[in-house]
Amino acid sequence: MRRAEFVTAFILAFLSLYLMWKSGEGPSWDTEYVHWSNTGVNIDGSGPGKGFFPFYLALGMLVSCVWIIVNAIRRTSPPSQSDEPFMDSYAKKMLLLVGGGLIGFLILIDLISMYAAIAVFMLYYMLILGRHPLLLSLVTSFVVPFWLYLFFDIVMTKVQPKGLRVIETAFYNPLGNFFRDQSLLVIVLCFAVSGAALAFTARAAARQ
Amino acid sequence: MEIYSALMDGLWIALQPHNLALAVIGVIVGLFVGALPGLGSVNGVAILLPFTFVINEATSDPAAPMIFLAAIYYGAMYGGAISSITLGIPGASTAVATTFDGRPMALQGNADRALVTAAVASFIGGTVATLFFTGFAPVLSSVALDFGNPEIFALMLLAFATFVGLGGDDIPKTMFSIFFGLLLATIGFDTISGEPRLIFMNEREQTAILEAVGGNTDAVPFFDSVGWFSRGIQFLVLAIGVYGIGEMIWTINASRYKVTMTETTISAGRIWRAIVGMKDCWKGTTIGSFLGFFVGILPAAGATPGSLMSYGVAKMTSRDPKSYGQGNPDGVAAPEAANNSASTGAMLPMMTLGIPGSPTTAVLLAGMVIWGLEPGPRLFEDRPEFVWPLIGSFYISNIVAVLVNLAFIPLFLWVLRMPFTILAPVIFTLSIIGTYAAYDNMYDVWLMVLFGFGAYLLRILDYPLAPAVLAVVLGATAEEKMRQSLLLSDGDFAIFYSPFYDRDGTGQEWWIAPVTTWIAVILIALPIILWAVRKMRGGSPATTETT
Repeated sequence: MRRAEFVTAFILAFLSLYLMWKSGEGPSWDTEYVHWSNTGVNIDGSGPGKGFFPFYLALGMLVSCVWIIVNAIRRTSPPSQSDEPFMDSYAKKMLLLVGGGLIGFLILIDLISMYAAIAVFMLYYMLILGRHPLLLSLVTSFVVPFWLYLFFDIVMTKVQPKGLRVIETAFYNPLGNFFRDQSLLVIVLCFAVSGAALAFTARAAARQ
Repeated sequence: MEIYSALMDGLWIALQPHNLALAVIGVIVGLFVGALPGLGSVNGVAILLPFTFVINEATSDPAAPMIFLAAIYYGAMYGGAISSITLGIPGASTAVATTFDGRPMALQGNADRALVTAAVASFIGGTVATLFFTGFAPVLSSVALDFGNPEIFALMLLAFATFVGLGGDDIPKTMFSIFFGLLLATIGFDTISGEPRLIFMNEREQTAILEAVGGNTDAVPFFDSVGWFSRGIQFLVLAIGVYGIGEMIWTINASRYKVTMTETTISAGRIWRAIVGMKDCWKGTTIGSFLGFFVGILPAAGATPGSLMSYGVAKMTSRDPKSYGQGNPDGVAAPEAANNSASTGAMLPMMTLGIPGSPTTAVLLAGMVIWGLEPGPRLFEDRPEFVWPLIGSFYISNIVAVLVNLAFIPLFLWVLRMPFTILAPVIFTLSIIGTYAAYDNMYDVWLMVLFGFGAYLLRILDYPLAPAVLAVVLGATAEEKMRQSLLLSDGDFAIFYSPFYDRDGTGQEWWIAPVTTWIAVILIALPIILWAVRKMRGGSPATTETT
């Protein structure tokens, strides 16, 4: 933990320095601009420049990082006193599985659509991380994206990504046409029936 | 009388079917969110804020989404106690103090009494605070109408100083968090000069990157879609990243999916007996109701310090302080009345001054801005059709929350048995789909997830993230007010700290901004002063820096 405290503070300090430099940049179209000249408090009588506020905020970040490093050297902050690892083996494994799952989820959205990606992610999480029964995992990973599809795409017309064109034309277009022709009552019934199926499966799984 | 009639009109509008339905749904969602360990009002409000765009479009009424979110906020305050008592894990930081006596009561077989005490005390606290709010808000907003740019900037400075002086976290890390949040808010186009800044992709850099990839823009992720940071960092991207992804990963790691629940039986007779038993808790309820509200008003304080402080005062003033921590119902009533009271109190500076009193109100404030409202003193003058129905909904939501809470305690207990391995992917999913629904592009979704990972790593090292969220919300206004003040004073900072600075050439003295600025300076210096005092007395400096 102590090493992580130092490493993080140094990384953030370098980030602060970089942001201080970036704050002093002018517009790319102004070839005569002199670096830092927009960080003044009163430029030509028109008040602070556009770089003033970010420059001093980044400076504040840098000072804070130096203070954090000093505290770490003096061992006055709890992480710098701790002998525990920054992440134990469970935390590393968990971050890899959960974080990896999330990254995979985001990659899949552009390929197989938002709702199919949700289904795959739910199935992955429940089966592999949660070790839930297969039937419960399958039903949940169908019902949750189905509810979200009905809510966002059909009821609220907030259209989500549909993945590759072939998936959109072969699957989502006919599905959308079907549900948009239905009354609100039918949509509510779809919500209720799929919810009942989920509750039934969950109950059966709990009994086992 | 004017307030009374405005309130009656507001109550009438809040009772309209669509607003009442939103209040009921919001309370139920809030109760669930609050009851689930690791999730608090801020998580619920941040994750569900994108859903309110839909509500706003459907109702064309800016009060409707706010009623929904405020109801979630209320519900979460009630719900936090459920897991504190039955699981021994606070549903949210606001319910930490409830575990001190709530958990021992549950272990002694009195979980039902603890749950009912928490619900009724929450109701009393919320109602007292709403009455205060109704009385104070119009007065405070009319006073604040005279505030100029230096006053508003000084108040924002005070909000950040409160985090540093009273936040209880590592001071340099809190300061880093504030500076970082404010800096994130500056990314994009400068509103005063209209020039881009910190966009990390200006024309020169674009050309260089394009040359490197042979002119193929498809090889650079999101190159065409949004121009990288030129749109700035959207507030929700940070808030959902921190509270929907980062906090969830943190909770998974901390709980390791394992919690033990104390079973309890709830019946109408037992609820009634517990309500009758509330007469033993009048002291804690009273302390929590009053103290919670005034602590909640303090910028950046919020419900957590309010509930902890009320518990402390109730214990200190008790004839039997030793019974606290052993299952004293007063020890449940005081923090529960306080956290509800403080949540209403925190809305007072948000709505009248435009300065949020807690991370949750920071999210609410951002929502109001997105819906085209300008929180601040003019809100009461310009948008009474928004303000009074919202205040009316505070009363309604309170009644709804206590009834739903008492009626559905068994249901909440059932939900708490839901494995975290089902809940967690649902929350991740809502975070992702909510962010996409808000901004219609995958770039912000990726950024949100990256913020989530960063927030998790920083959280391990005790970096507080609530100040960053608050700072992102306030950043643009803080910069604008500061720059306009300095424009007025030709770059002279005395406009902030000296009452004798002649702003308009009339020789008038201006006291509000200097007094506020000096209080902020003292608050920032307070930990250093305490550290010096302890050092002089021979104490350890380390203890001061982490208090």
